[in-house]
Amino acid sequence: MRFAVIVFPGSNCDRDMYHAVKDGLGEEADLVWYENANLADYDAILLPGGFSYGDYLRSGAIASVSDVLNQIKQKAEAGTPVLGVCNGFQILLETGLLPGAMLRNEKLKFMCHYETLVVERDDTIFTSGYEKGQQIQIPIAHGEGNYYCDDRTLEELKKNNQIVFTYKNNPNGSRDDIAGIVNETGNVLGMMPHPERAVEDLLGSSDGLAMFQSVLQHWREMYVTTS
Amino acid sequence: MLQQAEISPEKIEQDRLYRDMGLTDEEFQSVKNILGRQPNFTETGIFSVMWSEHCSYKTSKPLLRKFPTEGPHVLQGPGEGAGIVDIGDDKAVVFKIESHNHPSAVEPYQGAATGVGGIIRDVFSMGARPIALLNSLRFGNLTTPRVKYLLEEVVHGIAGYGNCVGVPTVGGEIQFDASYEGNPLVNAMCVGLIDQKDIQKGIAAGVGNTVIYAGAPTGRDGIHGATFASEDLSEESESKRPSVQVGDPFMEKLLIEACLEVIQHEALVGIQDMGAAGLTSSASEMASKAGMGMEMNLDLVPQREQHMTPYELMLSESQERMLLVVKKGEEQGIIEVFEKYGLQAVAVGTVTDDKQFRLLHHGEVAAEIPVDSLAEDAPVYYKESKVPDYYTEFQTIEYKPAVMNHAATLKQLLQQPTIASKEWVYDQYDSMVGASTVVAPGSDAAIVRVRGTEKAIAMTTDCNSRYIYLDPETGGKIAVAEAARNIISSGAKPLALTDGLNFGNPDKPENFWQMEKSVDGMAAACLALETPVISGNVSLYNESNQQAIFPTPIVGMVGLVENLAHVTTSQFKQAGDAIYLLGETKAEFGGSELQNVLEGRYFGKAPAIDLDVEASNQQAVLAGIQQGFIASAHDLAEGGLAVALAESLFGTELGAKVTIDGDVTAALFSESQSRFLLTVAPENQVAFEKAVPEAKQIGSVTQDAELVIEQDGQSIISEAVPTLEALWKGAIPCLLKSKA
Repeated sequence: MRFAVIVFPGSNCDRDMYHAVKDGLGEEADLVWYENANLADYDAILLPGGFSYGDYLRSGAIASVSDVLNQIKQKAEAGTPVLGVCNGFQILLETGLLPGAMLRNEKLKFMCHYETLVVERDDTIFTSGYEKGQQIQIPIAHGEGNYYCDDRTLEELKKNNQIVFTYKNNPNGSRDDIAGIVNETGNVLGMMPHPERAVEDLLGSSDGLAMFQSVLQHWREMYVTTS
Repeated sequence: MLQQAEISPEKIEQDRLYRDMGLTDEEFQSVKNILGRQPNFTETGIFSVMWSEHCSYKTSKPLLRKFPTEGPHVLQGPGEGAGIVDIGDDKAVVFKIESHNHPSAVEPYQGAATGVGGIIRDVFSMGARPIALLNSLRFGNLTTPRVKYLLEEVVHGIAGYGNCVGVPTVGGEIQFDASYEGNPLVNAMCVGLIDQKDIQKGIAAGVGNTVIYAGAPTGRDGIHGATFASEDLSEESESKRPSVQVGDPFMEKLLIEACLEVIQHEALVGIQDMGAAGLTSSASEMASKAGMGMEMNLDLVPQREQHMTPYELMLSESQERMLLVVKKGEEQGIIEVFEKYGLQAVAVGTVTDDKQFRLLHHGEVAAEIPVDSLAEDAPVYYKESKVPDYYTEFQTIEYKPAVMNHAATLKQLLQQPTIASKEWVYDQYDSMVGASTVVAPGSDAAIVRVRGTEKAIAMTTDCNSRYIYLDPETGGKIAVAEAARNIISSGAKPLALTDGLNFGNPDKPENFWQMEKSVDGMAAACLALETPVISGNVSLYNESNQQAIFPTPIVGMVGLVENLAHVTTSQFKQAGDAIYLLGETKAEFGGSELQNVLEGRYFGKAPAIDLDVEASNQQAVLAGIQQGFIASAHDLAEGGLAVALAESLFGTELGAKVTIDGDVTAALFSESQSRFLLTVAPENQVAFEKAVPEAKQIGSVTQDAELVIEQDGQSIISEAVPTLEALWKGAIPCLLKSKA
């Protein structure tokens, strides 16, 4: 399976994402520079964390209007798994691929530490390797991770079962403890916590690995049925 | 205003305007002798920054020569952007510490942020990818709104820059003492990793080769920053706010990636960052090191503002700029790399063979200086040294603290900001980006693994300036020894160190004596512990309103974990493990945290240190860790054994039961040196005791989350660990919130 890790100016978790796929999962990954990118041959798209364009204007705003996002939208519509982590999630919100917006953390400070996430859905492309209700340890590192949406959007998210991860102890003020959501079709996931930082026990947790394994599992199932 | 361009050479001399730029009368005469004429305004500015303490080390040079700088694994000692140490596998670590004290005192956010940016550039300009940041901070007591503001903004600035640029901030230390109230210290350290074949130097070799300016355009910020950093802080410092640079971490991130790509290009001859004294120091140093000259056309330098004068262009300390020397005719390949990242890269000059530093502006020669004179002819001062009266008096005092309630005292100690949890600080730093942080902030040393190997790098910053104030020579030894002890406790062998020497005004003989003696002590410890000094920084004139800071020579040390299996932390691991104390405890309270709590000041003698004992204890602990006998290791520092025990329990759900003997206050709170707190699993005890016979079992780890300390069957301390932990964790947030 081939993963594309999209690199924008200012992305800084790109190599971590690359290593999570390459060394953690053992699949192919490429760092793909945002300009003149060709995503045709990739089976999954990863939007890494960092500070694309220095968070200038609004976090994720400038990257969201780059040319590569048009390709990503097309891939998403065609069903390709798209995972946006941290700044990647912010970009997905800015493009409208996912609903809602990010506010600054409630305490107005950047924070970096492990959080306990609750797996709300174990039937998505990204989470089939978990059990519903399972608690996993994944680090957060963000200053603007306070997820916000209006009442109607929240109702929609709930109705469509789009909330995939919640925080056990809400660190940033996110609405309804939301840590990660999918689109209605379930192939675009955005989350603030960093699963790519949690793929080895050496670093404190390997709870994030199951997410990458889930995506691979899904791809294998698709590959077997279509070939 | 200094910025006015055309002040005549005659007027500069006649009105002694050079004094405003920091040159003395004698230094100005030397400049005249070198040039054979009066220097013009731009030339005067260039000499004044290059001969400032910050660039020339004119006061500290005689002392710095005392440091051992060589060792079998040292690939690059002091003199380049950063030092380099071999770690095997054709890889090396690159590191350096640098101060940004004066900018942080007047504009804490930008001062701290640009301090981080500057030290990162020093490391990647050597060709290394930055893998970790540390910092060492000093503030006044957290009682005034000003000090709280400084702490909040400095931390905010470090986080704002480091998090965005994507280098994890993995460690550091903070002390709070009244002497830093008007003059906080902000020292930042960066560690990089490099394949040895990629090591770059800042040289301008090859006549006719092209000088390329890359990165952010030059503006009017930070003009004369190096000179500003070489003066006492005063009320007037507020007016020097424009001397503080403004950082753009996004630009720096692009610059890192572009430069790391460029170093793989065979057209690159040399590369150096523009740090203190900006274009002046980078250009003249590159030419001087290569034995060449350089001619630059300042009209070609990218400029952010209109009508900038040669003086301003040469002295600006605008951030995120690099200077490259590239083979003639092959510029385009290099320029394209920068363009990919949206960065400007412009040819601004050429390497010459006449050893002149020649600057053209609007078709005229704006400056022409023999380039070696800037680096090599700077004066060297042998300052007067005098033993301060306080030291003589302190040596006669035997301080004996009177402690009634040891449990209450332990609680007080845990809430001292210097001892209390720094989680409020480091939670704001991205300590994990890079996905290689094995041990994050909070243990004795931070550990970052080396991908593709079984190795890891351990790193720490340390300096107990209270001991150095009481006795600079002993304190200097302790600073190096404590850093090494932290590295050892983490399971690594100390390799080398970078020194951040922060002192007061060296023109005062008592201050210079502090410098001299602390360097003597550090050098002795470096020799005994085989940790050469491979890079460093000197920051003098750290005074406010005539009061010098405590002498603060910060040690940034790096060690090598040979195998990831050796990684050890300070936390106790399992109930039933035996607790050992290695090292002798004496009644030593001068400069201790206990003295601060009881007396509110520091006096008497610093704890003694025997470097032979230190070295042998360190070797024993490292051997024990490498053989797998030791489950946890913690060095005993501020607050002594009682605090170390509590700290080792925090973050676990365990307790400890310990028996002490002798004087209770000394056993619990003395700050005697060369001591380690170790735990050993029962099945390893026999082998451990054989390997480290000097270690004495004092108790064992328990299941019940209680810290129990007894003597002769009588309870001295019996406290629930969660209670202690809550006090320790809550202290700094609580002080910051309180209105006092």
